[in-house]
Amino acid sequence: MGMMASVRPRFAALAGLALLAAGPAKALEIQDLRSPGGAVFWLVEEPSIPIVALEISFAGGARLDPEGRAGLANMMAGLIDEGAGDLDAVGFSKARDELSARFGFSAGLDTMDISARMLVETLEPSMALLATALASPRFDPEPVGRVRAQLLATIAESGTKPNTVAAEAWYADAFPDHPYGRPKRGTAESVSAITRNDLVAAHARLLTRANARIALVGAIDAARAGRMVDTVLAGLEQGTPLVSERTGDTPPPGLRVIELGVPQSAAVFGHAGLARTDPDFIPAYVMNYVLGGGGLASRLMEEVREKRGLAYSVYAYLSVRDETALYLGGVQTANERMAESLEVIKAEWARMAAKGITAEELDRARRYLTGAFPLRFDSNAKIASYLVFMQEENLGIDYIERRNSLIEAVTLEDVKRVAARLLKPENLSIVVAGQPTGL
Amino acid sequence: MRLIRTAMAFGLALAMALAPVAHAGPKVSDFRLDNGMEVVVIEDHRSPVVTHMVWYRVGSADEPWGHSGIAHFFEHLMFKATGDIADGAFSKVVAANGGSDNAFTSYDYTAYFQRIAADRLGLVMGMEADRMRNLVLTDDVVVTERDVILEERNQRTDNSPQGLFAEQMSAALYMNHPYGVPVIGWRHEIEQLNLADAQAFYDRYYAPDNAILVVAGDVEPAAVRALAETHYGPLRPSGRPPEARPQEPPQLAPRRLEMRDPRVRQPFVRRIYLVPSYDPSNPREAAALSILSDVLGDGITSRLARALQLDQRVAIDTGSHYSPARRDRADFSIYGVPAPGQDLATVEAAMDAVLAELIGDGPTGEELARIKRLNRAARIFAQDSMASQARRYGGALAIGQTVADVRNWPAVMEAVTAEEVRRAAEKYLVPEHSVTGWLMVAKEAG
Repeated sequence: MGMMASVRPRFAALAGLALLAAGPAKALEIQDLRSPGGAVFWLVEEPSIPIVALEISFAGGARLDPEGRAGLANMMAGLIDEGAGDLDAVGFSKARDELSARFGFSAGLDTMDISARMLVETLEPSMALLATALASPRFDPEPVGRVRAQLLATIAESGTKPNTVAAEAWYADAFPDHPYGRPKRGTAESVSAITRNDLVAAHARLLTRANARIALVGAIDAARAGRMVDTVLAGLEQGTPLVSERTGDTPPPGLRVIELGVPQSAAVFGHAGLARTDPDFIPAYVMNYVLGGGGLASRLMEEVREKRGLAYSVYAYLSVRDETALYLGGVQTANERMAESLEVIKAEWARMAAKGITAEELDRARRYLTGAFPLRFDSNAKIASYLVFMQEENLGIDYIERRNSLIEAVTLEDVKRVAARLLKPENLSIVVAGQPTGL
Repeated sequence: MRLIRTAMAFGLALAMALAPVAHAGPKVSDFRLDNGMEVVVIEDHRSPVVTHMVWYRVGSADEPWGHSGIAHFFEHLMFKATGDIADGAFSKVVAANGGSDNAFTSYDYTAYFQRIAADRLGLVMGMEADRMRNLVLTDDVVVTERDVILEERNQRTDNSPQGLFAEQMSAALYMNHPYGVPVIGWRHEIEQLNLADAQAFYDRYYAPDNAILVVAGDVEPAAVRALAETHYGPLRPSGRPPEARPQEPPQLAPRRLEMRDPRVRQPFVRRIYLVPSYDPSNPREAAALSILSDVLGDGITSRLARALQLDQRVAIDTGSHYSPARRDRADFSIYGVPAPGQDLATVEAAMDAVLAELIGDGPTGEELARIKRLNRAARIFAQDSMASQARRYGGALAIGQTVADVRNWPAVMEAVTAEEVRRAAEKYLVPEHSVTGWLMVAKEAG
């Protein structure tokens, strides 16, 4: 067993490896186009598989739910394809299956997301069917009742899941005066109160041309793509571009425990983060890779899981929202080990704030973050999602080419500065759900 | 909207469907090294990336009796030290080369994978080959990792009445076969796992003739062969394929469970039938069962949804699940979630009526055409993900199928008739081969 020390590591040495390629830019030609009807969209032509991926992200989502109607955007998303135009729920489902198309509709806190996968051979009628759903959802009584009952069941069940309970309580504490403080799927009370009129109004408010960010990837050329974009947007109102405004709410420092009868507690912890436009955002991103974002390679994983066996998962991440920015993390551990886990996490927070990272950690972070970047572009679906993300965040069409050089430029001093500025162990807002002991 | 998760295995490739490949799909090559290691290469040149996987034909169903969880526990230990790699360094070296890595364990297999730039394939192959034979385990490492596994079990199962209920259902379905034991293991047995268990498991099963290499992405088969011969070729085979497992006796009695838990807010009824898995001598039966599952439970136009959710309105959610990708027998399950004011008996009776009708008349031509069309499309859409292509082939070969079996599956599915689907329902959806479970709200004390 003593052999480890005496054997020269074969794989740990990195010095001999060439630097990784700058990115997948060569393979990705993004076209910034305008449809005949005037809609802006991004396209990547990828002819090798006869499919097309379409992503549309409408700015504004659950955070626009009116007071007392939390969960409205989410419920509306669940009903878009449950009957539209001349088709009831069953008719719509059959029509979609006839075309072998797949449609997804979901609400985020800041977006309504439309996701479609279509075969080239049935592209035009698939787009027309999707357009019907977007423009004229019926909100018939049967699907409204059915989807509402499903949502209420999910809400009730989630009240017994420690990670969901902790996360919802964390946001409620952090945002008492902002919709981010309400659960995206609403409460039993708010979902029960939603009327058909609410759904109709939410549909008109949330799905507008002025707020659509659109990307297509697949076996389709620019002219056909332009026609498809006009088809899918045909029935939508123009609307006005949404304006967002940063909330002044800040997470309250301290610990709150919510009693829940489970063997393992879940904790959510965090404090203010950094906006993506902040000059320190990229250094903070590198810092987070080392602290809590790098999976098994992160310090939190090393200290909490690998050395002490306290948890299966522990992580941290920069959360960027339209109206706030947070630095958040989570851990799940046995009730009697939660106190120790949180102490270890706070100590890592403080160590990073005081000392930053080592040259070796910076090197590893750069190598991973730049080298793994191309892994995000190995399918049409992933590319389409990323193109929409770039539009949402106003990163510019050349961002994929620039991105790795932004990471490469980060220095030890940058990380140290941002760690000292961002990480405030005394400001951590912590919510634990479960039956933790010793807290 | 699905309320209930039916998959029970681990990691990415949960219950891996024996999903088929379209005829005009990716270019797939396969060969075997001299030491018995099978190799599959799936070309996808869209992006300069590769998925590298090694599958071992050993899973939780091969564990020694009373030592449940060792297969999955051992999967974790594979990330520890070898003679050449320090403890915990495996994933760090992959990450420092711009790759991501993970692993998963199921009843029949354990698989390890990396996604990385195509020019780093040799590096990850070298590391994967190294840990196939050169792992160095110590008591310290085993004891700490056991705590991690217990927390993983807490997170996946003990914190979740649905997870515990699924374990109870499987344990009742399999009277003798080890599929009745959860992949992660029973808690009291995990607590006893030790270095000797881990070492014995490693020595017995981790060898090239018990492994399948799958490489998918921007690679050429000849180059993959050369790298595989360099890295995996020198490893000594064990000469010992996994043993046959205890099989089920005739099942003569329908079983019923009622489980109550104070954490339950939404009761549901679930039934599992013991049915055949994919059998290369009769693949149409698995195909017929697969179509049967979709006719019953796929989407709002399926039989269960239309009857229970739309017509009778006794349920707010229904569904079905069948995956033929098992080495021995397979599960076929259906479930129903009562609408407010409805009880489980009503939902179960309505499910039974749907089954009786389908056993009587079989699917309609329209239903059969719909399912086949969606399956054809699913095969085309699946080509968009090289990682899922790799998992499909690896999962199939790990349970004894061949590349030809995977290739022929679409044709087998196309050929299934409505009468075959009806006969499969009649033959296999019988009460004697089933467990029916009710998960219910418990009254909290005090």
